[in-house]
Amino acid sequence: MNINLTLKIWRQANQDAPGKFVDYPVENISTEASFLEMMDILNEELVAKGEEPVAFDHDCREGICGMCSLFINGRPHGPDDSITTCQLHMRKFKDGETIVIEPWRAKPFPVIKDLMVDRTAFDEIIQAGGYVNINTGGVPDANAIPIRKENADLAMDAASCIGCGACVAACKNASAMLFVSAKVSQFTLLPQGKVEAHERVENMVAKMDELGFGNCTNTYACEAECPKDISITNIARMNREFLCAKVS
Amino acid sequence: MTKLDSKIPKGPLAEKWTNYKAKQNLVNPANKRKVDVIVVGTGLAGGAAAASLGELGFNVKVFCIQDSPRRAHSIAAQGGINAAKNYPNDGDSVYRLFYDTVKGGDYRAREANVYRLAEVSNNIIDQCVAQGVPFAREYGGLLDNRSFGGALVSRTFYARGQTGQQLLLGAYSALSKEVNKGSVEMYTRREMMDVVLVDGRARGIIVRNLVTGELERHGAHAVVLATGGYGNVFFLSTNAMTSNGSAAWKAYKKGAYFGNPCFVQIHPTCIPVHGDYQSKLTLMSESLRNDGRIWVPKKKEDAERIQAGTLKPTEIAEEDRDYYLERRYPAFGNLVPRDVASRAAKERCDEGHGVGSTGLAVYLDFKDAIERLGKHVIEARYGNLFQMYEKIVDENPYETPMMIYPAIHYSMGGIWVDYELQTTIPGLFAGGEANFSDHGANRLGASALMQGLSDGYFVLPYTLQNYLADQINVPHFETDGEAFDAVENEVQGTIDKLFAVNGKQTVDSFHKRLGLIMWDHVGMARNKEGLEKAIKDIITLRKEFWTDVKVPGEKTGMNVELEKALRLADYLELGELMARDALDRNESCGGHFREEYRTEEGEAMRDDENFTYVSAWEYMGEDTPAKLHKEPLIYENIEVKQRNYKTA
Ligand SMILES: Cc1cc2nc3c(=O)[nH]c(=O)nc-3n(C[C@H](O)[C@H](O)[C@H](O)COP(=O)(O)OP(=O)(O)OC[C@H]3O[C@@H](n4cnc5c(N)ncnc54)[C@H](O)[C@@H]3O)c2cc1C
Ligand code: FES
Repeated sequence: MNINLTLKIWRQANQDAPGKFVDYPVENISTEASFLEMMDILNEELVAKGEEPVAFDHDCREGICGMCSLFINGRPHGPDDSITTCQLHMRKFKDGETIVIEPWRAKPFPVIKDLMVDRTAFDEIIQAGGYVNINTGGVPDANAIPIRKENADLAMDAASCIGCGACVAACKNASAMLFVSAKVSQFTLLPQGKVEAHERVENMVAKMDELGFGNCTNTYACEAECPKDISITNIARMNREFLCAKVS
Repeated sequence: MTKLDSKIPKGPLAEKWTNYKAKQNLVNPANKRKVDVIVVGTGLAGGAAAASLGELGFNVKVFCIQDSPRRAHSIAAQGGINAAKNYPNDGDSVYRLFYDTVKGGDYRAREANVYRLAEVSNNIIDQCVAQGVPFAREYGGLLDNRSFGGALVSRTFYARGQTGQQLLLGAYSALSKEVNKGSVEMYTRREMMDVVLVDGRARGIIVRNLVTGELERHGAHAVVLATGGYGNVFFLSTNAMTSNGSAAWKAYKKGAYFGNPCFVQIHPTCIPVHGDYQSKLTLMSESLRNDGRIWVPKKKEDAERIQAGTLKPTEIAEEDRDYYLERRYPAFGNLVPRDVASRAAKERCDEGHGVGSTGLAVYLDFKDAIERLGKHVIEARYGNLFQMYEKIVDENPYETPMMIYPAIHYSMGGIWVDYELQTTIPGLFAGGEANFSDHGANRLGASALMQGLSDGYFVLPYTLQNYLADQINVPHFETDGEAFDAVENEVQGTIDKLFAVNGKQTVDSFHKRLGLIMWDHVGMARNKEGLEKAIKDIITLRKEFWTDVKVPGEKTGMNVELEKALRLADYLELGELMARDALDRNESCGGHFREEYRTEEGEAMRDDENFTYVSAWEYMGEDTPAKLHKEPLIYENIEVKQRNYKTA
């Protein structure tokens, strides 16, 4: 089936320029197409007319790199649950619909152009402590330390975070708690990460605050919008770790 | 002229790497600070190399196109990573992994490199576990393994269907640690435009800042390219959208030889093409072949009715299904190597047994596995892949078989490197998918991650030192010299020229046309006539591109169309070299299937007498054909045989 749509897209030339919504009609879009393929079609039409295409981030188009980042009809990654924008398909939309497309809106993620934002703040948080402090070589055999399957699985759940920033975009306080707690949890659950658990949580939380991310007020919007279903139990686990670190 | 010297160390195969390390030159800790290294790429190869070099004390600058090093294309790898741990006690060993890799590559890879790869494979798993990579485990708490194509043992470690993600996040964490320590400087949203040579050595790069559009200069004592593969020359592939061949191509044009450009891998299990607006193809991990069975309808009438939408696969009786891989290759069954599985699917579809609305698809069926193991087991193993499939195709693979078809996936070919992973340009190294080194004419599943991390963690940090040992007195590089001026001007010239064309056709429209030429003639089945036509067509298309492409927008600031145009300009040249290489190789081997050279049973027919070599192409200038150098492949430890997957 093919549908016609009106796209209301945020256009902004660069970080300092003012932005505005511009309407673009698109016609004959197959419902089998992905959302980003629909954006490609629009951009091809714009370029053919000599206009500048809409800039948006994307790369793997498989829901794993975390590069795509659109706020569609008021929801990060659009109207479908548990997926990224690049996995969203046009069968989720109706003929004649108007779709509002915006960038992530959060102070620590400034707009670079149109729908692209700068998420280096996330890298900075990881650099503050999101790792196990070991060097290449000289490590024990991989099976030297058995790990309870249940813990390994929970660590994997937390490690599935793709760092897209939807949690921050969804949160009215622009809190990065879900992102940070996922990384903290992964390491807390594994013996390899336990050694530096206290320093890690303190350093990462301090960096998060310094970069201007807001507080968590338990609205659970982050969990609801996370394309990878990262659970807010991670936040509880991180808070526990944080308290332990403070009292020890 | 550079002579091809593979620098394979002397001595018995199993001792070569140990001996090399024992005798190589090293840089003392205090001197490492005096030495700068540039690493381009933050995938498994680049990320691991940059982190490890930083740990050693070198000043490292690392570059990537994405907004974060964590988003390199390696993140998308699903199925797993091989290692010769032999934890399952099923008879694996370093030698067996080495043997399987050489055989899987159809005897077109270098013995010494592959042996080293198998040797360090175990260190990789240890390293990743120590970093906190949450590999799958069994109830007893030890690591779990699964099987991949081309092997009779279970040696593949995995983290659900997200192994690449977890390994890359491991390398990214190591990299982040070094950034925090100040030994590594990270440059994101930067694209390398060219390499700069000073007195014949690689001494720096020109990059484009993708946010501001400015060209920047960076100098160093050595440059490592870990820029991934060039599968996107086909437009549609499983590679990420920004995966490109440009860095490798620029190195080639500056004097690095290009190895085996025609060796690309076509992966048998991808979601079939569905429309002309499609931007990329999605892989369904090879691990699915552990439990899924591949089949097409035995009767053409059934296939036709399925194509017309009047028959469902679940309505076809067991005896009317042709499990063609199990039929043709009883020993390996659904787990034959990728090239074999891909060709067999094409053969069935060409004969009219294909399914889906286009007839260009085969079934991958989990019915038996679900009956045998229960839905929950299948869900635990492949849940995220099934979900991905359902989101794209809108069908539930627990209830109806998946549809799959081969697609371009990986480039075995790449920049030619010696045993030290050094290119023919002194000081320029290449690791990961960007080099040609370890997979011969066909890569086995779960071996690219192994190679990327082997190169990055365990090979480059050693071999670079051997090169850098006599560079410690060379001062930090100034980038205001003539050499940098000249290359930057060249780059600026290309950008100006692209804008000046001001034609009518979009970049993607050209890229799609190139992709079609490549797929039709330089894809799964090749022949002399088709390859000659491809070369002519690519040359014509390239001319048309340079007279009618439209690049809108400005030179400054973010300009995605310009980025794409620059990458495509290189693909329009690389595609031609791939076709020339395929034309030169009058044999079938691995992923390179020449229709003229096949056995009576339709299997690939190698010509060992005349083609047991690596083709290394030298750039000779704009209008002169590239020159072919041959690196002979010598097998001292393996008997070269016709690959046989019919009997064990
Ligand atoms: C969908 C999919 C699934 C796969 N699954 C598996 C699997 O299960 N097992 C397995 O072993 N292999 C698998 N592979 C193959 C494997 O993932 C890749 O071969 C491997 O990850 C490549 O790693 P790399 O480090 O060489 O390059 P990449 O990960 O591709 O990284 C390239 C890096 O170079 C940068 N770069 C490129 N060009 C430039 C430039 N000009 N300037 C600056 N930076 C540049 C990029 O930004 C990026 O950081 C899979 C591949 C795909 C596509
Ligand atoms: S483009 Fe990679 S997650 Fe969407």
